[in-house]
Amino acid sequence: MDIFKIIDQFQQIDGDAVGRLEYASRRHFMNKIGSKLASAAIPTAFAAIVNKAFAQSAAAVDVLNYALTLEYLEDEFYKAGNAAANLIPASDKAIFMQIGKHETQHVAFLVKALGSKAIAKPTFDFQYGGAFGDVFTNYKTFVTVSSALEDTGVRAYKGQAGALIADPQILEYALQVHSIEARHAAVARRLAATLLGNTAMKGWITGKEGAVAAIYAGEDNMTQGGVNLKGLASKSDAAITEAFDEPLTKEAVLAIAGPFIKK
Amino acid sequence: MNKHTETKNSSGKGEGEITSVFNRRLFLRSAGLATSLGTIVIAAGCNDDDDDPMIPGTGDTVDLGSGDIGVLNYAYALEQLEAAFYTQVIQTPYNGITDAEKAILTDIRDHEIVHRDFFKAALGDKAIKGLTPNFAAIDFSKKEAVLGAAKLFEDTGVAAYNGAGKLIKDPNYLLLAGKIVSVEARHAAVIRDLINPKSADFAGDDIIDANGMDKAIAPADILAAVKGYVKDTITGANVGK
Repeated sequence: MDIFKIIDQFQQIDGDAVGRLEYASRRHFMNKIGSKLASAAIPTAFAAIVNKAFAQSAAAVDVLNYALTLEYLEDEFYKAGNAAANLIPASDKAIFMQIGKHETQHVAFLVKALGSKAIAKPTFDFQYGGAFGDVFTNYKTFVTVSSALEDTGVRAYKGQAGALIADPQILEYALQVHSIEARHAAVARRLAATLLGNTAMKGWITGKEGAVAAIYAGEDNMTQGGVNLKGLASKSDAAITEAFDEPLTKEAVLAIAGPFIKK
Repeated sequence: MNKHTETKNSSGKGEGEITSVFNRRLFLRSAGLATSLGTIVIAAGCNDDDDDPMIPGTGDTVDLGSGDIGVLNYAYALEQLEAAFYTQVIQTPYNGITDAEKAILTDIRDHEIVHRDFFKAALGDKAIKGLTPNFAAIDFSKKEAVLGAAKLFEDTGVAAYNGAGKLIKDPNYLLLAGKIVSVEARHAAVIRDLINPKSADFAGDDIIDANGMDKAIAPADILAAVKGYVKDTITGANVGK
């Protein structure tokens, strides 16, 4: 592999990476990245780059720490739920162990990527000031909160995509987490629908349908790309709203997540 | 079909293979920059896969175009395939389909049709033509075959949108892609749960990496993976450039 091609390749990922990696000689840089790209360790290389090259990018650090806050929240939630005796029935255990595993992995990745810039883990109150008082003793409540957390996660990551448009590699990793949250959300929603006897609730979001109404504001949006899609392909409003998930701003997400965070 | 699940992150690929993928992309990117004033289709540069004998070769050659329009046409092409697939699934339901399964597959069909028609309308006269799908390899009478193909299409859709995100320059288009990809991910999870209920497969270790991340795959690799399902030859060398 030609050294300049490798550096060019890297410039595609981050247009200014080489300029910012002033400490590195080109050869040192090549040895490091060349070997990493050839293995499954690209995220490790990425983490090192975020750490060293993006430390100055306040916007990226902000977004990543915001993501980390939500991932800490989810990770703690599933750790507690999976550890609680007589909460999750054996039939559903595999689902929540898998979700919990991913949240732990997301936390680990973000902590590594942020390095010394990573925020400390907050202290959480999963009873949400009493609203979900039996969250770790009543499976119905646990699944309700799970579906709400996952759908909020999807909306939160989606809301940050635009802020990462100048940081293509971070954007890509954010998208790769975003779709995992959506996979989690679909399964949690279907479990919640069954437990709550809510036949209108599906894996996708019809209108504003969900187990915790407050977090679905705006999901019934019918306007995409500036055009109202009503009647498109003769499909129902339900189908049209299901076909598009809607973002939430950071402020809206933190307002939702706020009562979970005791600090 | 196994080919589909390989990505740039997969350690299953040999080093030489990865190098060649990177060199090819580099070449295409450089070429794209160098010729930004003109339109040159570099089909030969991205076609290093052997011809699939499954393809009758009766279709047309379709160029997705460049820049954001190229990305939108790329999405439009994939949504066309998905919409056609689920339309067929509902027209000729597999043996033993349950009401619950039919309701889910009908919902998904409608989402994909909405996506398809939305992109067509948004692209206007820049839209590629309607593609001719080739589902000859799928036995629509068998549940296993239909859900297996659905899983493939949904996982591919997710990986394609994830990989295309960083190619998009207009934040409005990026947000639109984000609004759609999470719906594709919901589909993927539900289909996977239909195949293996209550298991970890909805976000299984077969597709999710050790960082808890979904796949992100570049257009050239996605187009190579789906080419057996479309009669037309799709050229995406300039997508996002």
